[in-house]
Amino acid sequence: MIVLEKRPQPSKAWSYATPLVAVLATMVFGGLLFAILGKNPLQAIGTIFWEPLFGEFAFYYRPQLLVKGAPLVLIAIGLSLGFRAGIWNIGAEGQYIMGAIFGAGAGLAFYPLDAFYIFPIMVIAGAFGGWLWAMIPAFLKVRFGTNEILVSLMLVYVAEQMLASVSLGLLKNPEGFGFPGSRNLQSYESAYNAELIAGSGMHWGVVTALIAVIFAYVLLNRHMLGFHIRLTGEAPRAAKFAGVNPARLILFCLGLSGALAGLAGMFEVSGPSGVVSIDFNVGYGFTAIIVAFLGRLHPVGILLAGGLMALTYIGGEIAQSQLGLPAAAIQVFQGMLLFFLLAFDLLTNYRIRAARSEVA
Amino acid sequence: MKFTSLLTSAAMALGLATGAMAEDKTKVGFVYVGPVGDGGWTYEHNKGRLAVEEHFGDKVETVFVESVPEGPDAERVMTQMALEGADLIFTTSFGYMDPTINVAKKFPDVKFEHATGYKTADNVSVYSARFYEGRAVQGHIAGNMTKSNIIGYIGSYPIPEVIRGINSAYVHAKKVNPDVEFKIVWAYTWFDPAKEADAATVLIEQGADVILQHTDSTAPQAAAQEAGNVVTFGQASDMSEYAPFPRVSSIIDDWAPYYIARTQAVMDGTWESANTWDGIREGMVAIGEISDAVPADVKEEALALKAAMAAGEYHPFTGPLKKQDGSDWLAEGETADDGTLAGMNFYVEGLEGEIPQ
Amino acid sequence: MDLGEINPVLLVASLMVAATPLLLAAIGELVVEKAGVLNLGVEGMMIVGAISGFAISVETGSPWLGFVAAAIGGAVLSLLFVLLTQVALANQVASGLALTLFGLGFSALLGQSYVGIKPPSMGDIHIPLISDIPVIGPILFQHDPILYVGIALTAAVWAVLKYTRVGLILRAVGENHDAAHALGYKVIKIRIMAILFGGACAGLGGAYISLIRVPQWTEGMTAGVGWIALALVVFASWKPWRALLGAYLFGGITVLQLNLQAAGVAIPVEYLAMSPYIITILVLVILSADKSSAPASLGRTFHASH
Repeated sequence: MIVLEKRPQPSKAWSYATPLVAVLATMVFGGLLFAILGKNPLQAIGTIFWEPLFGEFAFYYRPQLLVKGAPLVLIAIGLSLGFRAGIWNIGAEGQYIMGAIFGAGAGLAFYPLDAFYIFPIMVIAGAFGGWLWAMIPAFLKVRFGTNEILVSLMLVYVAEQMLASVSLGLLKNPEGFGFPGSRNLQSYESAYNAELIAGSGMHWGVVTALIAVIFAYVLLNRHMLGFHIRLTGEAPRAAKFAGVNPARLILFCLGLSGALAGLAGMFEVSGPSGVVSIDFNVGYGFTAIIVAFLGRLHPVGILLAGGLMALTYIGGEIAQSQLGLPAAAIQVFQGMLLFFLLAFDLLTNYRIRAARSEVA
Repeated sequence: MKFTSLLTSAAMALGLATGAMAEDKTKVGFVYVGPVGDGGWTYEHNKGRLAVEEHFGDKVETVFVESVPEGPDAERVMTQMALEGADLIFTTSFGYMDPTINVAKKFPDVKFEHATGYKTADNVSVYSARFYEGRAVQGHIAGNMTKSNIIGYIGSYPIPEVIRGINSAYVHAKKVNPDVEFKIVWAYTWFDPAKEADAATVLIEQGADVILQHTDSTAPQAAAQEAGNVVTFGQASDMSEYAPFPRVSSIIDDWAPYYIARTQAVMDGTWESANTWDGIREGMVAIGEISDAVPADVKEEALALKAAMAAGEYHPFTGPLKKQDGSDWLAEGETADDGTLAGMNFYVEGLEGEIPQ
Repeated sequence: MDLGEINPVLLVASLMVAATPLLLAAIGELVVEKAGVLNLGVEGMMIVGAISGFAISVETGSPWLGFVAAAIGGAVLSLLFVLLTQVALANQVASGLALTLFGLGFSALLGQSYVGIKPPSMGDIHIPLISDIPVIGPILFQHDPILYVGIALTAAVWAVLKYTRVGLILRAVGENHDAAHALGYKVIKIRIMAILFGGACAGLGGAYISLIRVPQWTEGMTAGVGWIALALVVFASWKPWRALLGAYLFGGITVLQLNLQAAGVAIPVEYLAMSPYIITILVLVILSADKSSAPASLGRTFHASH
């Protein structure tokens, strides 16, 4: 029989090797799936992983990786802090929507004024929108002990209805012939979150995501608050003795993750997307939860995980159009990748041994 | 801009390269908002794509990407298709409007066709279907079939497309049955079959014996079947599995003729930017078979109505018509112009309730 | 506007139908969480159950076999979760989310040839005499059999958790897995059984949507019910009867808001549409006086180190 033996220290070597092993395993099983669907497995896997990075049109896809990955990383960084402290915000999708509504709303309120201060105001409004939406579960938890998982999730659906409502009413483009959706912020220069260098994919959201990674790293490793967050998650009782104020920690973690999700929504609506519309949100808030865990709640890990997710999205689209793979097959492939990444993580923390008789 | 020229030159280089290789093959791309298995909107567009393949055989190559969210993802998928040498790209959701225009600017040699939008460019056409013509036929049958004089209507979101359908159906139901009343329920979702089932059940419980739906699932059909004496109409696809009763007829989106014609135009080099709004006459809107559950005389009248629209002799919005607030809209004999119809955001006189804003 | 058009008897009867998929999935998840495991993959298991049930009942012509297949389908998918969290000791939150992603894709692949087909109908139970009693008849005795299965399952789970040794062990495992292990209970084995049960229930809930409620197959047709079911378990503070109440409340508000719309009540529709979620939050705040809390080991990985 085989047993698992916990390593005294997580293995450094395995923690670097497991993602590679997982990707390889996904390639094998994913290839099998593609073969069953009647596609050439090598070609399919090559398309997903190779084309976006080194293919003929990589000059276009590489910047797109930043565009697709940035909101995931930005949201996941915020969530990871709360997750470390055992505070479960799973409503980032709603906070993302509210950030977009507030941000775009602030910008459109100035239309058609041309001024340098409009974009900064939008940034603040976006962060505020997300923060506000996250403060609802935070306040209810602190005041009434209400479960934040449930409240934050319910608020996603409320935010979706709000989004539909403003797309059809308050923010509807007056020159849009009655169709739903706001003015396009891409054509309103003072509010447009344009690429900083044309063709690079770098917009303010990408920059903010990178800053957030550094900020989270410093916070967790160099700052008392970061220590308190880790302590609360790992040893709640010890945290209490160390003088951690749980209410303040809840307000901080939920508020920060909400603000970052709101920023992500604001940068998306003012840049790559451009319009507030009924279907503006595409699930970044939920995918970011996966990204946070794939990155093992570590800032650098999250950065890499966000990039990997973005890669499978973009590569998956290419595989769909080039090889006629159904979108569902790509989804299954992504699911497999997550499974293997999670499963092989075992090797980081445990050793596999043949059992000896004295083991109970 | 440097990047744009880079893209264009890459596309041109590729165009030359593949052009030499497969000179006679036209590549047509389709961008779908839902999965091809949604049984409704995207399903019908995909049928159009398959018809293109069948019609042209080896002369075309079609590619598609399904479940593409509106916004930057759509822009990326279109760019990718254009980079890989598509000659013609159909983008089949309203929310793809700005992305289509953006990508079209970068690829002046690629033709784009955007469904249900209003922004055109030299290489961007828009196309849509006059579903309200089908609604007129439905309204006519519904007004005749209802015994309770209550007709239930399930709407998705209050957008011009849906409001136009409600008005058209109401005008024609009222014509044959002055006592008719419409109960309108907004689902506030594009896709949630369970909620559609609830909405249909609610309408039936409140006395509706005809259900019209502007949502794509068969849930209302099943609810009507269970109730036993409620009439329904298929939407987007024929839903013939519920014929002859409760489903007595249907509106079908038939994109095939248009897709074939536009592909042909690209092959012939005669493609021009256009604003197409086709209806029953051109075959973009089809009326599914009217079943025997409909009395023969009603069926005959409905078919006559359809024939009149097909011949261009009758417009579903012909005056005298007033708006809900009692103000005049169309004078005797006047027909609605396309501009007003495209952005329709008011009910006609007689409908109750307000349009959510 | 005419509130008199809303028939309260029919309203109650139809909210019971609307609540059943939620209830089935929530009861399963409740057992899983009682055992100390948090499986966020409910949506994925539901949709796989929806297509398994649909496919089998179309192929065999028997809705009953369909429901059996749905339960098996949901359980098989949850086996993946077992492998990840109980064998490979992976993080439960991430594993559950991955399960949902995988399930949505996998069900779509399975269902490609089942679009636009009508499944065989199960029909309602119609017991003479009692189902004709006014008011009570339509509410209690004129439904499809699976609806009663949902209620029976709720009662069974309640009884087992409260009165039996199995329930006691399950709760012990969920409260303190180390202590339960020390007492000689097989923590992992018990959790695996609970997860499989949860998967089977979610599968049934999914099939209820694809075979009875809608009935048809389209990709992604569960449209978020699994998430609501998860919320419902917390809402119920892990008590089966309260899960039933919560499911009816949630289904009831949804049906009621549609009723109000149809009756022409002049409340903006978007506020009506968001009301089920807001009211759930409000009820939750009111119920927060009740301090019965989550199983203490919920979401924690167990590994017998000695």
